[in-house]
Parts: sequence; structure tokens; C-alpha cells
Amino acid sequence: MPKKTFKQALNEAHFHEMRRDPRVIVMGEDISGGIGASGEMDAWGGSEGVTKGLYPEFGPSRVVDTPLSESAIIGAAVGAATTGLRPVADLMFADFLGVCFDQIFNQAAKFRYMFGGKAVTPVVIRGMIGAGFRTAAQHSQCLYPIFTHIPGLKVVIPSNPYDAKGLLIQAIRDDDPVIFLEHKLLYGVTGEVPDGAYTVPFGEAKVLREGGDVTIVALALMVQVALDAAELLSKRGIEATVIDPRTTSPLDLDTIVESVEETGHLVIVDESSPRCNIATDIAAQVADVAFHALKGPIKMVTPPHTPVPFSPSLEDLYLPSAERVAAAVEASLRTRKGAA
Amino acid sequence: MDAIHAITMPKWGMSMTEGRLSGWLVRPGQSIAPGMEILEIETDKITNVLEARDGGILRRRVIEEGQTVPVGALLGVVADAGVADEAIDAFVAERQLAAGAEGGDDAPAPRVIDVGGRAIRVLDLGEPRSEAFVLIHGFGGDLNNWLFNMPALAEDSRAIALDLPGHGESTKDVGTGDVSVLVDAVVDLIAQLGLEKVHLVGHSMGGLVAMLVADRLGSRLGSLALIAPAGLSSAVNDAYAGGFIAAEKRKDLKPWVEMLFADPALVTRDMIEGLLNYKRLDGVGEALALLQARTLAGAAAESVLAGLDAPTVVLWGEQDRIIAPPASAPKPLTILPGRGHMLHMEAASDVTRAIRAVAGL
Repeated sequence: MPKKTFKQALNEAHFHEMRRDPRVIVMGEDISGGIGASGEMDAWGGSEGVTKGLYPEFGPSRVVDTPLSESAIIGAAVGAATTGLRPVADLMFADFLGVCFDQIFNQAAKFRYMFGGKAVTPVVIRGMIGAGFRTAAQHSQCLYPIFTHIPGLKVVIPSNPYDAKGLLIQAIRDDDPVIFLEHKLLYGVTGEVPDGAYTVPFGEAKVLREGGDVTIVALALMVQVALDAAELLSKRGIEATVIDPRTTSPLDLDTIVESVEETGHLVIVDESSPRCNIATDIAAQVADVAFHALKGPIKMVTPPHTPVPFSPSLEDLYLPSAERVAAAVEASLRTRKGAA
Repeated sequence: MDAIHAITMPKWGMSMTEGRLSGWLVRPGQSIAPGMEILEIETDKITNVLEARDGGILRRRVIEEGQTVPVGALLGVVADAGVADEAIDAFVAERQLAAGAEGGDDAPAPRVIDVGGRAIRVLDLGEPRSEAFVLIHGFGGDLNNWLFNMPALAEDSRAIALDLPGHGESTKDVGTGDVSVLVDAVVDLIAQLGLEKVHLVGHSMGGLVAMLVADRLGSRLGSLALIAPAGLSSAVNDAYAGGFIAAEKRKDLKPWVEMLFADPALVTRDMIEGLLNYKRLDGVGEALALLQARTLAGAAAESVLAGLDAPTVVLWGEQDRIIAPPASAPKPLTILPGRGHMLHMEAASDVTRAIRAVAGL
């Protein structure tokens, strides 16, 4: 099977769905030719090149290069979705979603419910997340917990090229608003990706590795950190199961709980800020339904509760590392319930 | 002449790069005959036994139980009692040096070719000859189902496996879904490859296809090996086919896949993930539903089989829950006790041996 980058996988997903369904449109800043350019040159294709090549094939009516106004992009996209189009809005940095909260939280997320199920809002909002890109505090956050909190939104956070393509196709075919978040450091990661179209369902976690001593749950870039930690631990005689939920709303709690029932230990690695994040959410839910299975404390490995630092050396310290994850696992195993 | 033979880590399937030696079944000093089960190897996909290719005495275990080593790595040494220990030492040192220098994985990979306007994925192993085995997988399967059989068959013959239309990485277009669509694809592939003598091997729905292809090959048919074929007097478990098509998630699919094996422990997470990835490709659901309705339902090839003159072997797992062994068939059945529907994986060595024997290769 051909190997492709995360970026190529996302690009292919756009092509498949735009060819398959004329209602699919994309909109955003610089997605065709850049500010002031007509777009014909296709110079950019988005700040990371994800939408490259769409403009020449589908033209300006389906590839809409917008002014620099996030609230206009999301307002137009949500409105277009209610009229029957299926827009994919590229917000560039997900940090900018702050200026669109009313349109997302009070409009898009609510329409299905407030119109008695008669209205659907098939909009996909794409945005980049994550630290490690040297883009400082306003361009490095992992804001998925905020969207996960809102009923009516689906929140998708791929960790590898295969899932990225299948989840984006699923997002575009989905009738609900989907927040689709891409970690900047994953764009160059390669993996096997089929040439054809396929979907990955929402709400099914991926089990990347199986081990009987501890369950490690991680998202996006942290999945690789968790896998590296599992390698380190294996050399020390500790075998870890690594689970990537892939979507935080819906969340596949069953797969996590089933694994914790086997291992008795849970460590959650989350790159978002530590208060009210996905780690606290999963920890609380597992403690609620599977307390009986826990043999030691649930450990959460997150950045500190500070904005992402601009200093590169501090930014590197900010991100959870494999060694920190391994240490958290060992701490949980050391404090087994009932141990003398 | 006193030959020294290497036992090496086999390559079972394209994705296998390393294997874990989970158990030696013979002691150093023990005498080994070709075909004897000598060790157990665990891969991401499945655990299987390795059979000895050469006879002699197990002189050295180079790799011990529990170790994971790359494909091709030296595991042990077989030689006659007359060979000096020094010669064995030199052989081991030389092989280990060579393995370190080679490194890369240059095993032939499957390729997608155009067969009469259809994209068909083919794995073609062994010497390029006009006489070859052609292996046809079953409903929902692909060429990787033959991962344990292909390397052994290709040792001194040409072995070709394909993905049928609707399967693997071949076209997902199955037209009407009639079995003739599958048969035409295989017949065209054989013609395109210029094969003059064909030993057909078919499993389950692929067994039905193999019988019908055999009927069209005339004098080019060398032999026919059928493994739990559809189309004889025993019907395909319709609940299985429907359940396999409908299952969208790991948990839903697992019980159906477990039905394929007598020992459900053989079903791994990777196997389920691989099947889900296949089922989630656009067009697969529709293709499988058409094949279930048009090819599996009412599959009938008894009279075709009865009319074939070529050497034929029909193998069946006693505990097959997908297609139960029929009470009678036009050709004698060989029933393998304690095996399920996937007996070419569950009893790979026995099945490979039977395929070679009926082909006279």
C-alpha cells in the first residue's frame, strides 16, 4: 500500500469528496492563491498546502478564498450548511476559533435540536492545534476540550495519515457540525494510506498496542509519545496497552474501560492545558464506572497550566515526553492498592 | 557430501518484517526429517509452526525461545552427525555476518495490474515459469490469506495469488455480482500471464470460482485443490456473510471472524483492524452484498466438479462453522480434525503438502 504524509492524506480526502459530491465546498484564507492573488496560480493551497490543487479543478465557486475574518468564514459556512451545501471551512490556527464561538456554540451546535431534528448542519471546521511549532502562545493551543464540552458538536483529532483521511471523509459525509483538529507536527508524518476513499467511524478508539500492565490513552501528537513510552517501559518489563480515542465527542469510553478492567492502571496523556481537559474527563468517567478495576491511582500527563512559552527550550519542556509518561506509569504501578 | 542447512525466520505475508520464536519443538542432537514441525513462531498476525525443509540433526539453536528477530535471520543449524563442530561454528559466523550486511527487505511485493480493464492485485512468487499455482481466496478475504502457503509453494514452483474483484486492493466493481464476473477475471489473468499449465487452489467462495475456472481451462488445467469450497451440497452460512458485511466496528466484527477458526485465539487485533480497513473502503459494502446475494446464495458446482478429470483434492475442517463438511461430494473429502474454515491458515503445512501432492510438484 502506498505511503503518504498526513498532509497528502487530508488533501486526497478533499479531492475524493469534492469529486463525489458537488455540494462539498471549501472556504478559508489563502486556500487557493493567497491574499490579493486571483487564485489561478494555486500558490499556497492553505498555509500548510492541505487544499493544494483544489482551485484549478473545482474553481472559485467551490473553492472560496475568504477575507481575513474568522467570524465571516464560520458564519458563511454554517449558513451555507443550513441551505444544503457541505462546507469545509479552514480556520488555519484553531486558536482563532475564539472569535466564532457564538456561531459554533449557539448556532451550528444547536440547530438540529432547536428545530426539532428537521435542520441539519453538515459543516466541517478544520484547524491546526498543538505546540512544538515555535508559534508561541496564540498559535499553539490544544483547545479540543472546549468543543468537546458542547453537545451537538463532534470533535475529531487524528494522530496518523490513515485515520486523517478516513476521519475527514467521514466528517464531510456527517450531517452534524464537526470540529476537525490537525496537530501541526503531524503534517509530515508518513504512513500507509489507500488510494481510494474510505471512512473511519466516529466513536471507535484505535488500540495501537496491547499489554497487560497499564492502559495509556493519548491523542494526536501524544499518541507517538505514548508509543515511545510503551517501548521504554517494555525494556523495563512493563507492558502497556496504548489507546487513541481518535474522537473526543463521541468518546469510545467502552474500549478504555475494557482495557482498564484488564490492566488495573490508567495513564492519560493530553497536550491540552491540565484543568478541565480530556485527561480529567476520561479520568473522572473511568473512576465513576470502573473504580472497582483500578489497582492504583489514575495518572494524568499534561503540560503545566501556563500559556505555551515562546522560548524554544521552555516550549520543549512544556510538552509531555515519553520519559514523563513512563515515570507516571511507574508511579501508578508503585502505589498499587493493598500493597504493603 | 556433508551439507549444512540453515533454519531461518520465514516471511509469512508482506507485512511481516520480524517474528518471535515462541518455542522450539526439537532438542539439539535430535534427528529431524523434512516436514517435521520444529518450532513455533509468533507474528503480529498469527502464531504458526515452522516445518523443517531439510533433514539431519539439529546441531545448533542460534536463537532461543522468546527472542524476536528479523525475517531471514538464522534460527538454527541442521547437519549430519559427521559434520565437525568447527564447520558449524564457521557456518553460523558466516551467516550472521551476511545477515548484518544485507539488512534491507527485498521480498517481492504485490502489484496492481490491468486485467482486461479491471485493476487486479497480484502476488507472483517463485521462478517465472508457464506452469504455476493460482490461489483464489474466499468471500471477504484477499491474497494475504495465503501468507503461510505462498512462501512454501514458491520454494520450487511459481505461485500466484490474486485479489478477486470486490476484494483487497483490486477493483471494487463486481458488476452484477454473479460468479461469472469473478471467474472471468481469473481466466483473463491466467491468459494475460501466459500460463500454460495451472494448478488451481481455491478457498470457500474461491473454491467455487476455482471449479468454474477449471471447467474453462481445458488442457491447461494441471490440478485442483479445493479448501472448504462453496458450491457443493453444503450451503454457506448466510448469517455469517450478513454479519460480516454489517459489522462496522471492532466489537461487532470480532465474533464473526472468530467463527472462521476452530480456535478463536488465532484471531488477533491486527487481523480485525485489517478487515475493518478493507470493509471501510468505498464500494466494498455494496460489492460484498451483491456477491452474497448473487454468488454465495445458490452456488452450485457439483456437476462441474464431477465432470473434471484433473487430479483433485478436497480438504475440509471438521469444525467448519461457515460451510459444514458435506455428507457427500463428487470427489473424496479429506477431513482435518479440530480445524475450522480457515484451514489453510490453521493447518498451513498439511494444506500446503496436499496442494503440492495433487499437483505432483
